[in-house]
Amino acid sequence: MTVHTQGAAPVAKEPPPGGPASGKPGQGVRGKPTRPVNWLPYVLIAPAVLSLLVFLGYPLVRNVIISLQQLGRTEMISRTTVWTGFSNYTDLLTNDNFWTVVVRTFVFMAVNVALIMVIGTLIGLLLNRLGKKMRLVLSLSLVMAWAMPIVASATVFRWLFDTQFGVMNWVMRELGFEGYEQHNWFESGFSTLAIVTLLIVWASVPFVSLNLYAGLTTISGELYEAARMDGASNWRLFRSVVLPMMKPFFLITTFLEIIWVFKAFAQIVALNGGGPDRASETLPVFAYVEGMSQMSFGTAAAASVLTILILLIAMSFYFRLMLKQEEEQ
Amino acid sequence: MSNTVLADKADKADKADRVGKVDKAAVKARRRKTMGKVWPNVVALLLVPLFLFPVYWMFSTSFKPASEILTKDPTFLFTPTFEHYGSATGVDMFWTYVRNSLTVTIGAVVLALLVSLAAAFAIVRMKFKGRKGLVLAVMMAQMAPWEVMVIVMYLIARDAEMLNSIGFLTLIYFVMVLPFTIWTLRGFIAAVPKELEEAAMIDGCSRTQAFFRVIFPLLAPGLMSTSLFGFITAWNEFAMVLVLNKDSEAYTLPLWLTQFQTAFGNDWGATMAASSLFAVPVLLLFLFLQRRAVSGLSAGAVKG
Repeated sequence: MTVHTQGAAPVAKEPPPGGPASGKPGQGVRGKPTRPVNWLPYVLIAPAVLSLLVFLGYPLVRNVIISLQQLGRTEMISRTTVWTGFSNYTDLLTNDNFWTVVVRTFVFMAVNVALIMVIGTLIGLLLNRLGKKMRLVLSLSLVMAWAMPIVASATVFRWLFDTQFGVMNWVMRELGFEGYEQHNWFESGFSTLAIVTLLIVWASVPFVSLNLYAGLTTISGELYEAARMDGASNWRLFRSVVLPMMKPFFLITTFLEIIWVFKAFAQIVALNGGGPDRASETLPVFAYVEGMSQMSFGTAAAASVLTILILLIAMSFYFRLMLKQEEEQ
Repeated sequence: MSNTVLADKADKADKADRVGKVDKAAVKARRRKTMGKVWPNVVALLLVPLFLFPVYWMFSTSFKPASEILTKDPTFLFTPTFEHYGSATGVDMFWTYVRNSLTVTIGAVVLALLVSLAAAFAIVRMKFKGRKGLVLAVMMAQMAPWEVMVIVMYLIARDAEMLNSIGFLTLIYFVMVLPFTIWTLRGFIAAVPKELEEAAMIDGCSRTQAFFRVIFPLLAPGLMSTSLFGFITAWNEFAMVLVLNKDSEAYTLPLWLTQFQTAFGNDWGATMAASSLFAVPVLLLFLFLQRRAVSGLSAGAVKG
């Protein structure tokens, strides 16, 4: 049987791209597969593969090609192709502004991911200790924060932190802080990114907490009881029971958050467009502004290729973890 | 394990003493237990308003009379008004944006479901060369950095004269939700026991019939939740539409919302009404999804 299928495979590999759509799909497979009609799976996957190739594969390749060209306003209008080799890359890598953006992106990402994971874990553990009613109430409020569309919550945060009538200025005044009469929260890149951080952490913690809680319910209560009987403290319980049991969850979630925060775009653009004066741009926003506002598409493409390469490193860890889990299941 | 601890204690303590000690320990333990039950609730009570506040503030501002919104000190009690919803929906072309958003999301989700169903079925139930590679590719495509690819997409769309095209945007959204849809449907299809399909085929169904009569009905809940997640992704998408559709005819709601605020300046009542209108469908979907137990969809189908 195996010999048969293997022998038939190369022959059957030929037809899928073109003709077989005219055949009657499904009819030929009736009964026992003594004569495997191998083109059927290829027909079934063809639309998916084709659309992924056209709308994802091709743009990725095109991105690299454009990054090797000089493509500005003049080239766009005259529709000429000017090859410049790696000069877009060397320009970027010798540009101090670019390095500022790179460092900013990494610091921003590290702070966000750390906050998300720590707060998310604490709230997840808290959910596990709550009574039924309180847990439902807290979960519901978490789900609300989680569900809010990014663009909507960015708009709301603009309103919360509005200079003239924002409620946050009022809160700061009520708490007794000076200088919050007409405080402009978006006056510097740092303070803008702090608000972006608040927005991202607020929206991302629920994902971690709710999933951690779901995972914690699979740890049997006896395990805790036994550890408690042996006199384990809360911290010890976490370190010796929860952490090892939930290790895959923590690893996978951390890498997911790294990837998500690293490519955060809508939050930054919708809050302040990467401003003031490009001071809150991270790598994805930098690439966007370089292209759409500065009209230097070659540089933008190069920046985007570099960003994707950095993301690929984080992703390769993530994929390895996912594959390991797939195998274990 | 508990036995050894008790035994240890028994060894150390003298019989008469032991009774008293256990009592004291029990009281202490009980007090610790009640304390241990109180503080999580207190913390939770503090956390709930923290997470709810932005959502609450969005809704409450959207219902507040204009005079009470633009004040130094916020008001918390007010007589609700619908005027802001009137001015948000009364915006020129508001219904065009709604239609665009619906076209783009529903189009993307339906396309993704059809294409994924075929692909996922092949991946789960058939053997073919490159199957493992495909699974890997789908998994990687799920993490595709679309936000970082906006510039290329703009150039491609420009070359193809597809800027400001709702159709092109639909296709992009379709490919955005496709990998996730394949991935989840793969799980759902795998959860339907193969025996069911085989039994149907023994009873004289063709493979196609077996699929539509046996597998498809069992997949319904899975299709439902998968498509809702796809819907949310496409409904919320911002980066692509920002870059591709500059013409207000081709705006979707997220893009409209960000432009709205610039256009309306200090009319926060209308802006919050617009945000609420945009967010409510997603909030409702999430609540719905939370309650839906998708697992065990075929638990009752095959027994023994």
